[in-house]
Amino acid sequence: MPFIPHSQEDKKTMLASIGVKNIEELFDEIPATLKEMDINILPEQISEQELVRLMTQRQPSSNDLCFIGAGAYSHYIPAAVWELTRRGEFYTAYTPYQAEASQGGLQVIYEFQTAIAELMAMEASNASLYDGATALAEAIFMAVRVHRSKKTQIIIPGNIHPKYLEVIKTALKYQNIQLNNISYEKNTGKIDLNSYKQALSSNTAAVVIAQPNFFGSIEDTDQLVNLAHDNNSLVIAQVNPIAMSLIQPPGLWGNNGADISCGEGQPLGIPLAMGGPYFGFMCTKMKHIRQMPGRIVGKTKDNKGTNCYTLTLQTREQHIRRAKATSNICTNQGLMVTAATIFMTLLGTKGMLNIAKQSHANALTLQQELCSIPNTRLVFDAPFFNEFVLEFNSKTNILDALQDFNIQGGFDLSNTHIDFPNNTILICATEQNISTDITRYQQAITSILQRETA
Amino acid sequence: MANSTSELKFTKSHEWLAANNNTVTVGISQHAQGLLGDIVFVDLPSINDTIAKGDEIAVLESVKTAADVYAPVSGTIVEVNTNLESQPELINQAPEDGGWIFRIEISDTAELTTLMSFDQYQQTISEE
Amino acid sequence: MSTSTQQQNKKDEAKSQVEVSGIPQHMLRQTEANITSMPELQCVRHYTRLSQKNFSIDTNTYPLGSCTMKYNPKVAHLIATMPGYSQSHPYRNINNCQGLLQSLYELQDYISDITGMDHTSLTPMAGAQGEFIGITMIKEFHAKNGDHHRNEMLVPDAAHGTNPASAVQCGYTVIEIPTNKDGDINLEILREKVGPNTAGIMLTNPSTLGVFERSITEIADIIHTAGGLLYYDGANLNALLGKYRPGDMGFDVIHLNLHKTFATPHGGGGPGAGPIATTKQLKDFLPNPLVAHSDNGYYFTTTIDRPTSSSRCGAFMGNIGVLLRAYAYIRLLGRTGMQRVSEYATLNANYLMHNLRKIGYTVAFDNRRASHEFIITMQPLTKKFAVTATDIAKRLLDYNIHAPTVYFPLLIDECLLIEPTETESLQECDELLRVMQLIYNEITTNPEIVKCSPHNLAISRVDEVMAAKSMQIKG
Repeated sequence: MPFIPHSQEDKKTMLASIGVKNIEELFDEIPATLKEMDINILPEQISEQELVRLMTQRQPSSNDLCFIGAGAYSHYIPAAVWELTRRGEFYTAYTPYQAEASQGGLQVIYEFQTAIAELMAMEASNASLYDGATALAEAIFMAVRVHRSKKTQIIIPGNIHPKYLEVIKTALKYQNIQLNNISYEKNTGKIDLNSYKQALSSNTAAVVIAQPNFFGSIEDTDQLVNLAHDNNSLVIAQVNPIAMSLIQPPGLWGNNGADISCGEGQPLGIPLAMGGPYFGFMCTKMKHIRQMPGRIVGKTKDNKGTNCYTLTLQTREQHIRRAKATSNICTNQGLMVTAATIFMTLLGTKGMLNIAKQSHANALTLQQELCSIPNTRLVFDAPFFNEFVLEFNSKTNILDALQDFNIQGGFDLSNTHIDFPNNTILICATEQNISTDITRYQQAITSILQRETA
Repeated sequence: MANSTSELKFTKSHEWLAANNNTVTVGISQHAQGLLGDIVFVDLPSINDTIAKGDEIAVLESVKTAADVYAPVSGTIVEVNTNLESQPELINQAPEDGGWIFRIEISDTAELTTLMSFDQYQQTISEE
Repeated sequence: MSTSTQQQNKKDEAKSQVEVSGIPQHMLRQTEANITSMPELQCVRHYTRLSQKNFSIDTNTYPLGSCTMKYNPKVAHLIATMPGYSQSHPYRNINNCQGLLQSLYELQDYISDITGMDHTSLTPMAGAQGEFIGITMIKEFHAKNGDHHRNEMLVPDAAHGTNPASAVQCGYTVIEIPTNKDGDINLEILREKVGPNTAGIMLTNPSTLGVFERSITEIADIIHTAGGLLYYDGANLNALLGKYRPGDMGFDVIHLNLHKTFATPHGGGGPGAGPIATTKQLKDFLPNPLVAHSDNGYYFTTTIDRPTSSSRCGAFMGNIGVLLRAYAYIRLLGRTGMQRVSEYATLNANYLMHNLRKIGYTVAFDNRRASHEFIITMQPLTKKFAVTATDIAKRLLDYNIHAPTVYFPLLIDECLLIEPTETESLQECDELLRVMQLIYNEITTNPEIVKCSPHNLAISRVDEVMAAKSMQIKG
């Protein structure tokens, strides 16, 4: 009996102590009309050995080169990160509601809050949300709450992650919040400034600015932020945390900084894992802290004066406020936050800056090498962090063809954006894509495109 | 401004009200502050807000709970106790005096007759 | 950080303002972040020591009611972190991921099978998110039938806080239904409150009170007759796993908590996964992506395949790492093992309840069977000795046992909700009883020692008021 430690003797002892003849008696309150179930599909148990064999066979291959970004990034994760994170004391602990029993976990979260707020150049952070998309949805709710629901419109540019937009629409379905979609400039991929200015109204609660945006381009944030603030609208920054080591972080945008910053924390030491679990982060200014969802850890003292940590501001949360909670979030992504904290501590400011610089440099090299091949075109003429969009003039499906070279070439935008033709590919490089990888990609494309003209 | 408890009117939801011509001062009762525990934050309403009797006007946060404060009468918020921003504990220390929360200019004096006297309020809480 | 380090940093800052080719200077970060870093050994020691301050399932009995803190099998972690799974980008070509998709497809089927439902979606990333999506599905169902007036959601007063929070997020008005003294929902009041505006009811069974909702068949009848749907909060599924199915009780849409019932790690507060399962009539509203199968193999559905579904839970395909762990656990248990889970979870809970009663503790529902959990109330002891549920919780920590859930559900004063789970042995149950006996003696002879606990941990009682007031949340 896997994981059930009782012997037959134990069972007998316990039944006798309770005063029943068998375990069935303990279920005697269940109405007789409710039949015991027949399990039809689930097979009988398999041993651990058989299971490992099966799951090993079913693994996707792991020797491809990966040049895909689009919201999840393949950065190197130092070995110590998960060696520490998978310790049973972190892995199998519960939410730290009993502070005295969870000082380790609470301090880790406090260190996370500190580090991520520093990275964003902002004042306060929470202990995580489910992922970048839901964090953005929560940020939108928060912005409306800050305005006490007197402003209900959100300006959303067309260059955010298309799946983030779907998640936001799901969350907002039954809320009195309107999305005002504005366009991006066709030649740069950046927010169309005229479109943005025209959209700002007295009902605009907030604007969302993705940095870098989904196409990889870096936005001119100062101007956008100042315009929003002059209009009494909040600024929600949705950012790549590694990029924030290299490019201007949200807290320093414009004259007063972004009001809320959020995003996907996966680049900070979380494996790609086919899409999850990841975690969302959210930072804000202290004056908005009571409107921020999610758990928050505070520093305090115990009754003997020793420094310690505890969950705080819990009255905003569902287990107390119930119907009036700032969010229905309960479980979040504690384990991922532990990994991210250790990642940030191991690497520090300089280590993360190096990753960012190297990622950018590799992406720039890759872009230049690929664009030197005929029939390729750089779609957006703008500075980028580590992703860019190339259009390949080809009848072959480029990404499929690259598979034959064991290369995952990127994300085909024509799958999600109707205004892009086939073979418009969002390509990413990180510090893991070293020069030999870049050469392989370049040679593969050359070969694929040459085959066509032959 | 000292309020004598016997002059105050009360609601079932533990608010007290002190009337002064057309303006009333509102806070929560001694009993209520004991139930809440140490108050750590007060979410005050905005001045000039128009409110109706029974509206949720303010929120009192302690560590374990968040409690709504309801408008005992309809009218307009004319003043809030800004001391509570830095000293929320005033509500625990002097709930019926220095811990007052907001003042309303009332729109319908008839509503005052729906409130309880101190004795009536004492009766209801002893039944709880 | 010392001032000399700060000065050095400023010098380094000036040096690092090197032009990065490809990005104009004014777009670059102008001031360095001040992120504390440590060399590797010091980092390893720091976090290892921090971990040692935690209670966890791997180190302590953790009878946290409503959380199902059962053993998390190590092999689940081994499998989920195999390089093929952990290094795959979510947008990689699915032709290379057929084995993985097959496991997810099977998991969808197994969950439907175990719960008595027809279709399952694996993408919600936590129970609360599953709940929210499940309630939106109910709303979409009624909208499709033109029943826009159905804007009321019934919720028992004993419900977990996420229930009303989720209903409100979907625009519903929450109508609370009271619970009787013996733990069942008040059917009379339910009948009164049900009407043409009823969209449905959200229930857990067994309820948060730790007892089986005996009138579940009548409740299902009342709601269905009124045209409403039943939503099942799967938090307490461990009580019934492998023996009874929510589908058979009349539920139309359910969510599960994989980090509870299916042994995926709690990780200090997540990640979780909250799959939802429905009957046929709601299938079209399940969020994308589902894992589907065609002649070409397994694939993830999109809105093109399923245009009736407009919901999406997260940017990608759900918490695959968590789903793989749950899959591993389900395969290891298999058909028979699944049944044993609820049997032994219930045996352990009843054993504890019976013996705690003998010690002198007050069982909240004295004439009821425990499900996989039960409630004791400290109220009589609190009246006599001024010892609260919090005090007991803290004193248990001194004896190396994590506290049960306290002050939930809200209906019972000074309550402790105790859930041993099936993975605690008889010896560990007896140890818990031995400690509770000691504490009982302390309460009645020397209550101060309980009121001022914990004494044996690195810190004593935390000042939460100070934390809330000073709000120091960044170092």
